[in-house]
Amino acid sequence: MSAPLVIFFVLAALAVIGAVSLILQRHPIHSALSLIVVMVALAGLYLLMGAEFVAAVQIIVYGGAIMVLFVFVIMLLNAGEEERTDFSKLAKFGGLPLALGLTGLLAATMTRHGASVRNPDTAGSLAPTGQISTLLFTTFVYPFELTSFLILVAIIGALVLAQREKG
Amino acid sequence: MVPTQYYLILSAILFGLGVVAFVFRRNIITIFMSIELMLNAVNLSFVAFSQAMPANGGHKLDGQIFVLFVIVVAAAEAAVGLGIIILTARNRQSLNVERVNLLKL
Repeated sequence: MSAPLVIFFVLAALAVIGAVSLILQRHPIHSALSLIVVMVALAGLYLLMGAEFVAAVQIIVYGGAIMVLFVFVIMLLNAGEEERTDFSKLAKFGGLPLALGLTGLLAATMTRHGASVRNPDTAGSLAPTGQISTLLFTTFVYPFELTSFLILVAIIGALVLAQREKG
Repeated sequence: MVPTQYYLILSAILFGLGVVAFVFRRNIITIFMSIELMLNAVNLSFVAFSQAMPANGGHKLDGQIFVLFVIVVAAAEAAVGLGIIILTARNRQSLNVERVNLLKL
């Protein structure tokens, strides 16, 4: 077994264990920490695929900014352990089989049509960050400008939602 | 070299786990985190496809650009969604989604 394959399986196992732990933990702060494990493992996988810029953004924006926001809100609301309530029958008997079916369908489709997906011959090469920025500011310049508008809307929305009602 | 299908299957598994968490958890913050997990799973397949399509000697980078856009949308979603969560928790004194069953208090 080659070294990249070993690294892949270690990181994939880490990601899956983190995701399962996210489901099983009863305290939201433990779930948040499990999600950080998943994100760091995914950043490692991006690095393995040669996407160094995406890996850095994954750590900084997802593992850093977004998860800090989550942990901050959990602590601000003093969220305790999830209370055990009666499961909705629909979630128990409909949700789990459908979710498993969806996973199986996705995995089966990807395995069956996997032969048509070319395996990369650019082994070990890194995606140059300069090319990403060139592409971002030429071909994708309109979507890029739209994202700045989206962030503006999100800032205003968050401000309006979070302010206390007057009077 | 790791075959591209392995990444795609891992992405499917992570997405499925995200769906399971979304359906089964009762805490509104955990449900929100499972949405982030699903977005991450999709990002993984984007990068895998980007790596699987080499263009003139390097990678075809469109997939990685999409990942950047998805991350921006996720950040905006987190800001607005957590604002809504704070508002709901303040009004109802509960984070359980089963207690959020009225549009108007």
